[in-house]
Amino acid sequence: MSTDVATVPVAAAVPTAPAEPPRKGRGRLRTVLLGLPVPLLFLLVWHLGRAGEWELPFGIRMGFLPYPTDVAAGLANYVAGIRDDAFSNLLWEDLPASALRVFSGFALATLIAVPLGVLMGRFSTVNSLFDPMINLFRPIPATAWVPLVALLIGYGDQASIFLITLSAFFPIVLGTISGARQVPERLLEAARMLGTTGVGTLLRVVLPAAAPAIVNGMRVGLGLAWVILVLSETTGVPTGLGSTIFLARDVVQTDQIVVGMICIAVAGFLSDRLLMLVFRVLFRDRPLIK
Amino acid sequence: MDTEHLAAGRTADVRIAGLSKVYAGAVTAMADVDLTIASGEFVAVVGASGCGKSTLLRILAGFERPTAGTVEVGGTPVTGPGPDRGVVFQDYGLFPWLSVRENVAYGPSRKKLSKAEVAAVTDRFIAAVGLTRFAAKYPAQLSGGMQQRVAIARVLANDPSLLLMDEPFGALDALTRTDLQAELKRIHVETRTTVVFVTHSIEEAVYLADRVVVMTGGASHGVPGHVQAIVPVDLPDRDVTSPAFNEVKRQVAELVHTVPVAV
Ligand SMILES: Nc1ncnc2c1ncn2[C@@H]1O[C@H](COP(=O)(O)OP(=O)(O)O)[C@@H](O)[C@H]1O
Ligand SMILES: [Mg+2]
Repeated sequence: MSTDVATVPVAAAVPTAPAEPPRKGRGRLRTVLLGLPVPLLFLLVWHLGRAGEWELPFGIRMGFLPYPTDVAAGLANYVAGIRDDAFSNLLWEDLPASALRVFSGFALATLIAVPLGVLMGRFSTVNSLFDPMINLFRPIPATAWVPLVALLIGYGDQASIFLITLSAFFPIVLGTISGARQVPERLLEAARMLGTTGVGTLLRVVLPAAAPAIVNGMRVGLGLAWVILVLSETTGVPTGLGSTIFLARDVVQTDQIVVGMICIAVAGFLSDRLLMLVFRVLFRDRPLIK
Repeated sequence: MDTEHLAAGRTADVRIAGLSKVYAGAVTAMADVDLTIASGEFVAVVGASGCGKSTLLRILAGFERPTAGTVEVGGTPVTGPGPDRGVVFQDYGLFPWLSVRENVAYGPSRKKLSKAEVAAVTDRFIAAVGLTRFAAKYPAQLSGGMQQRVAIARVLANDPSLLLMDEPFGALDALTRTDLQAELKRIHVETRTTVVFVTHSIEEAVYLADRVVVMTGGASHGVPGHVQAIVPVDLPDRDVTSPAFNEVKRQVAELVHTVPVAV
C-alpha cells in the first residue's frame, strides 16, 4: 500500500511542556516542588562524581568532567564575558548565526512541506506521485547526508541550511498530510454548497481544519532542526552554537562543551515557545478542530 | 424575530424526472422518482428511515450524481453543488474556526460585494435568526438550536434560489424545534425561496409545507425508495390543535405506513 504516510504518529514526538493543562495555586506550587529534587540530586551526584573521579558504566570517567560550578562560570563567560578568553561573549555571535540557520531551514521546509502535504492529503494522484519518494528518503538520517552534502554543496551556510531543511521537512509534510486527510467531509460539503471551489477549498477549509496537525508537525520539525544543528555546523561554518562546541573540543575545554549543549537545549526550548506564541497570535483564540 | 428587512430572495422551480440512484454495492436507494416543485413552494418530504429522502436531497444539492433521470433547478441541470442551492444539514456543518458573523459572511464575502455590503447582508441575516448578541461567538459556544440558526442564516445570506434542509431540527429539543419551525415559516413567507424540507416528523411536515411528499420503500423493504403520494396541505392557518390539521396529519401518516409492494 502506498497511502500509509499519514499513519506515522507525528504527534507522539511533540514536546509536552506547553500542552500541559494550566495549573493554579497549590497545584502549580506542587508541580514546581516536585520538579526540583531530581535535578538537584543530579547536580549533586555530578559534583561528587567529579570530585571522587568515579568510573561509571559505559566507561564514563567522571574525572574528565568539569565541575557544575565550572560550567556555570563558563556559561557566565559565554554570555557576559566574565573571563577574558576565546569564548567570552561569544554567545551573541553564535546564537544569531545558529538561529538564522535553524529558522531559514525550518521556514524553507515549511514552505515546501505544507503545500505539498495539503495536495498529497487531498488528491490521491499527487499522493501516489510523491509518496514513494517520501518513503524512500525519510529513513535516511541527516548524518548519512553529511558526506554527500560536503561533496555536492561544499562547506558553509548553504550546506548547513540544506541539512536542517531536510530534517524539518518530513515531520511537517507528514503532519500536514494526515491533517488534510482528516478534514470532516461535512465541512467540505458546506463549503461547496456555499460556492467554494478548487484552491478556495484548500485555503478556506482544508488549511484551517488541518491546522492542529500542521502545527504539531511544525513543532516536531523545529525541534529536529535544533537537534540537527550541531551536525549541520560540522560543515565548516565559523560561528554557531555547534561550531563553538567543536572548537571547545579541539582546545579541550570541557566546560565550554557542556555550555554549548545547554545553550542549544535552551534555544530549542525557547524557539518552540516562540513558535507557539506566533500561532497564538495568528489564531488568537479561534477554536480549531479537536 | 426581526424578518421585516429580509428582501425577497431568488427562487427557482425544480423538475425531477425518472430519477434513480444505485449506490456502489448495488444498493438501489431510489427508483423512478418524478417530482415537480413550483417556484416559491415549500415542500416537505416524509418517510421511514432508508426510503431515500437524504439521497433525493443530496442529488438536488449536487453532492451525489443520479444513476438515471434528470434534475433541473431553475431550468438548469444540476451537475454539482453550487451556491444557488443552499443546504442546511442536521449536524449544522458550521466552520468551527469562524465566528457566527464570519460563518454567515462566508458566502457574501466570496461575491463581488463591497465590505459594507457584506456587513449589511451579514447583519441582516444574523438579526433575522435572532443572534445579533451572539455574532462574535464561535459555534462551539452555542446551543444546538442556535447553531442551526447560524446555519440557516449562513445559507440565506448566500441568496440561494432553492433551500435544501435534511432533518434540520431532528437533533433539537421539542421547544427549540417549535421555535425554529415558526421562524423558518416566517422567513419563507418573507423570502419566498423554494424549500425542500426532509423530516420524519409528520406534524412538522404538515405545519410547514404547502405539499407533503410521502416516500416509501427502501433497500430494507426489498423495494427501492419511491414517491408514494403527494398530499397538498390546504389549510389557511396551521393550528396544530385544529381538527382540520389533524385530519391532514392522519392522512399523511396512513400513507407513510403503506406497505410498499414489489413492482
Ligand atoms: N453513500 C451511500 N453508499 C451506499 N448506500 C447508501 C449511501 N447513502 C445511503 N445509502 C443507502 O441508501 C438507502 C437510502 O438512504 P437515505 O437516502 O439516507 O434514506 P433516508 O434519508 O430516507 O433515511 C439506504 O438503504 C442507505 O443505506
Ligand atoms: Mg436521511
